[in-house]
This record gives sequence, structure tokens and C-alpha cells, in this order.
Amino acid sequence: MTDIPAPRHIPDRLDKPLRSAIFSWEALLVVVAVAIFVINSFASPYFLDPYSLSDLTFNFTEKGLIAFAMALLIISGEIDLSVAAIIALASTMMGMAVQAGADTPTLVLIGVVVGLVCGAFNGLLVTRLGLPSIVVTIGTMSLFRGIAFIILGDQAYKGYPDSFAFFGQGYVWWVVSFELVLFLIAAVVYWFLLHRTSFGRRVFAIGNNPVAAQFSGVRVGRTKFILFCLTGLMSGIASVLITSRLGSTRPSIAQGYELEVITMVVLGGVSILGGAGSIVGVVLAAFIMGLVTFGLGLLNVPGIVMSIFIGLLLIIVIALPIVWRRLRGSN
Amino acid sequence: MKAFLKYREIWLAAAIIVLIGLISTRFPAFADPGNLRQVFNDTSILMILALGQMVVILTRSIDLSMASNLCFTGMVVAMLNAAHPAIPIPLLIVIALAVGLVLGAINGLLVWRLNIPSIVVTLGTLTIYRGATFVLSGGAWVNADKMSPEFIGFQRAAFLGIPVLSWIAILVIALFFILMTRTALGRSIYAIGVNPTASVYTGIDVGRTKFIVFCISGMIGGLAGYLWISRYVIASVEVANGYELNIIAACVIGGISIAGGIGSVGGAVLGALFLGIISNALPVINISPFWQMAISGSAIILAVVLNARGERQQGRIILRKVEAAT
Repeated sequence: MTDIPAPRHIPDRLDKPLRSAIFSWEALLVVVAVAIFVINSFASPYFLDPYSLSDLTFNFTEKGLIAFAMALLIISGEIDLSVAAIIALASTMMGMAVQAGADTPTLVLIGVVVGLVCGAFNGLLVTRLGLPSIVVTIGTMSLFRGIAFIILGDQAYKGYPDSFAFFGQGYVWWVVSFELVLFLIAAVVYWFLLHRTSFGRRVFAIGNNPVAAQFSGVRVGRTKFILFCLTGLMSGIASVLITSRLGSTRPSIAQGYELEVITMVVLGGVSILGGAGSIVGVVLAAFIMGLVTFGLGLLNVPGIVMSIFIGLLLIIVIALPIVWRRLRGSN
Repeated sequence: MKAFLKYREIWLAAAIIVLIGLISTRFPAFADPGNLRQVFNDTSILMILALGQMVVILTRSIDLSMASNLCFTGMVVAMLNAAHPAIPIPLLIVIALAVGLVLGAINGLLVWRLNIPSIVVTLGTLTIYRGATFVLSGGAWVNADKMSPEFIGFQRAAFLGIPVLSWIAILVIALFFILMTRTALGRSIYAIGVNPTASVYTGIDVGRTKFIVFCISGMIGGLAGYLWISRYVIASVEVANGYELNIIAACVIGGISIAGGIGSVGGAVLGALFLGIISNALPVINISPFWQMAISGSAIILAVVLNARGERQQGRIILRKVEAAT
């Protein structure tokens, strides 16, 4: 999985502040976001309408919530490919509870707890048995979604209570949806957790050098276990939102989300090799992906063609700084 | 005997024989040679793909774009065949290999020249290639009635009692066996996976070798594209959606270490065969096919657990025979 180990950029305060702010990854993302925003507003007259801008947020809030936890996990040098399968399993369990007549608070509790349990299962396999997370989560991905398929078959669960619809469809104030508020709160919480606490510093330390981190007293296994639990938890929360927005559960729900979440994280400047990244970058990347898909949607571009733009965006944004550095080096 | 049991492939083969035995207690005709030949044929495409993925994983890289490559190349040959039925099938296969090669080379160049981690590159091209299939076809399907009888019939034709598809798989297995055990390239691929830094000092061009393995996996994706489309006789954007993870799963079950450097042709083939037997046997023994994902998921987890134990005991071995002798 890992390529040749290269010296990594460890974020610290030794960088010259202004210079690093201008040439930072986040600045590049802001430029990209503004450019796409401007293009969108010229491309479609409907884009600048507050209600359509509000619809835009639904394109990234659910995946973005998972992307925060995934960012921490990838910074620590692990990965979780099972997040979409966790959504499917949690949603199936909620569907079963609905058939048994559960009320809204119970449903939310079930979704969140199932997510947490799945994440803990991943975490145990990776940390207790010392297995590579990419393979473990390919396995649990099939396992979790497989269970959803066994339970549901080709059926769908419907009949969620009306009050349950609030999570995925409700608005807190004017055009500000509940999902957006949750996304923003999670952004602040994860920013604080990663950049302002000793836990966050440990995550960076593990990603940069797990052996050194272990010797300097970081409980590597336990920290990684917590990170897997967090990704599971966020997937559970996302499952509540998606199920509520769609109002039904199918075993194929959220298919392919894992790769979109990882794209978001990588686009946000998190090193796939671990050890570097920021929450601000992930928020911007989530916003950019929402802008791209929504803008192209207004232009009636089919979903599958949008994925070309997302893929190109990912490669170009990653390649740009490398090409730039190389050009400057040759002069 | 002890040295013999060190081979992971022996254990995997034993597991497969036990699996077949268990299935035949419920459905005796499953172990019939004719049926096993059928199972092999059904698994051929996955085996070929797993071998292509194997060389990439051995170099500590990963190719997530294989299934999208398959989809794109399959659409290209299907549309070519629909538009010009006169193009002979061997030429069409060459075209499929060439298209796959180009897609693989794009991955390889980005990994080699820009030094972007392969997982990021192929995550990007995964969506790009599948989107490109839509642009190419305009979202339309190519159905069986638009394909020429030769296009569909070629791989089904029997040669010495075995379908051509199986022969192609056998040929690919043989080629990969020669590549991995008898050539300098095969040796460099293992060396890079075991220790990239040491490989550089021994004069191996790591970047270029990675480029070559992506070209190989691209060509394999292209070949599988033709085989898949002519087997399931429908070309659409949805073809093999999500299949990249099945390919990696076959490799993992086959004992190919995701950390690079460990794995063999036999392992990849047996890993694919294991998954193939599960998917073939479920309907036969009256288990709902909905169980398939959960079973293969459990098999993957079990395989990684066993792999990890094996790796801890043995370390990373290239010259296994020498090691076993001492």
C-alpha cells in the first residue's frame, strides 16, 4: 500500500506565517471553490437562488460528516472502506425497528449505536490482530452489506414515522437545513479535536511514525481503535440522515460512498500516506464537491459524467503543487 | 514434508477441496468433472484480473481502476463490433489489449512521473474511465442482438473439450508464471515490494517498474473487458460496477500481502477460484445468493487473519526454495 517513504511535512509553527498561508493547500482549494462558484453562477440562472443553494448542501453534508472522521483515520495511517456498508447495515436495522413499531428517538439511537458497534469491530480487528486496515475493511465492507442483503433481500423497508423525516429533510432556520447545521457543528468539533487537543497531536504523531509515537508514550492501538469507532459513529449518524432523507431502506443504499468520502478527504489535502492534513481542507473539499455536482446537475449533466470532473479535479489538484514545485526547481 | 506445508497455496488448495467436498454432500453432482470445468470457466475472468492486480499489489501499489478500465474497453470493442461486424475477433482482442494498455499507462505515468500515490491516482481514474464510458456510448447499451455471432461465440467455442475462455485463462496463468519466476522483471517486482530503497541501490528503476506493472494491469483490464462483454453479452456503463474490490479480495484470499512483496501466481489463481466456487455453489445448494457478500466478506477477514500470522512467522521471502532447504 504505502509507496516509498518520503520525508513528510509536519505542520508546525516554524513556517513563515504569511507565506505559508498564501501558498497553502487551503488557499488553493479556496481559489478552486471560488472559480467553480463563479462558473456555476454564470452557467445557470437558477444557481444563486437561496433555495437552490440550500439544496446544494445536501450534496455533501452526509458524506462530509463521515469525511471528518475519515480524515483523522487517514492522518493516523489507516483507512476505512466499510463506511458505506455501515450505513447500509445501520439503515437496515432501523428499518427492522420501524417494522417492530419503534419511535423516532429509538430509531436514531439504533442507527448511531449500530454504526459505533461496526466501527468498533473494524477497530478491534485492526488493532488487536495487527491487520492492514485496507484489507480488513474490504472484508467488513462485504460482511456488513452482506448482512443487509441477507435481511432485506430484494425488499425495501418503508413506513418511517413522520417525525423521523426532520433529520434529512427539516430546516432549522429559513433555508438552513438540519444537515448543514450538523455538518458545521461537526466541522468545529473535529477541527478542535484534531488541531487543538493532545489527542489530535497524537493522531499526527502516529501517522508520521507509529514506532516513534509508541516509544514516546502514545497508545497507538487505543488511539486507532477510537478513530475507527469515530468513523463508525459518523457513518451511523450519516445513516440516520440518509434514511430520513430517502424515507426508505434498500440494501444498495449509499453504494459507492466510501470512495467519494475518501476522494473528499484526499482532495482536502490529507496525505493518503498519513501524518498530514487539516479539517479546514476537508470542509473546503466537501464544499467543492458539492458545488461541482450541483452546478453540473443544474446543467443537466448526468451523474456519471460528473464523476469525470470529480476524478479530474482530484488528480489535477494533487498534481498541481508537484508540477509547480518541479517547474520552479528547474529554473 | 514440513517444507511442503510451508506453501500457502497447498493450504488454500486443501481449503478449496474441502469446500467442494462440503458442497457435494448437499449436491453430489457439484464435484462432477464436467461441473468443475464449468466452475473454472466461470471464474476465468476473475482469475485473469486477479493476476493483473497481483503484480501491482506486489510493488506496494494498488489499481482501483481495473473494473472501470474493463467497462470502458468492453464498451469500445462492443461498439466497434456493432458498427463493423467484419473486424476479426483476434484483431478486436488486440484492440482491447491496446486500449487497456493506454488506460493503464495513464495510471502508470501519473504514479511514475508525478509520484502521486497509486491509490489516489486510480481512485481518480476509476471515476474518470467509467464516466468516459458514458460519454463514449451516450448512455446507450450494446445488446446481444447488435453483437456479431463470432463476437459472442469466440470464447464459447470448445477446443479439446474446453472452452476458449478457459484456454485464455490458462495461457494468461502460464505467462504470469513465467514472468514472475523466470524473468528479471518478475524479480524486480518482488524486490520493490520487499524493500524499495534497497531495490534502488541494486539498480532497479522503481518508478519505471511501477509504470510497467500498471501497463500490465491495464492490458489485463482490457482483455477482461472483451471477455466480460462477450460472456454476459451486454455492454453498459454499469458493467462490473464495484468489481475492483472483488479483484482485490481474490488477491487477499490468495495470500498476496497488501504491503507488497509477498504473493504468487498460484495464490492469486486459487484465491479467485475460492470466490468463484462460493458464488457458483450457493444457488446449487439452495442458499440464497444474498448470502454471497457476507460469506466472501467473512472469507476475506479469515484470510487476512491467517496471512498476518503467516507473515509474522516467516518474514518476507523471495527465494523460498533456498530458505526451505536451509
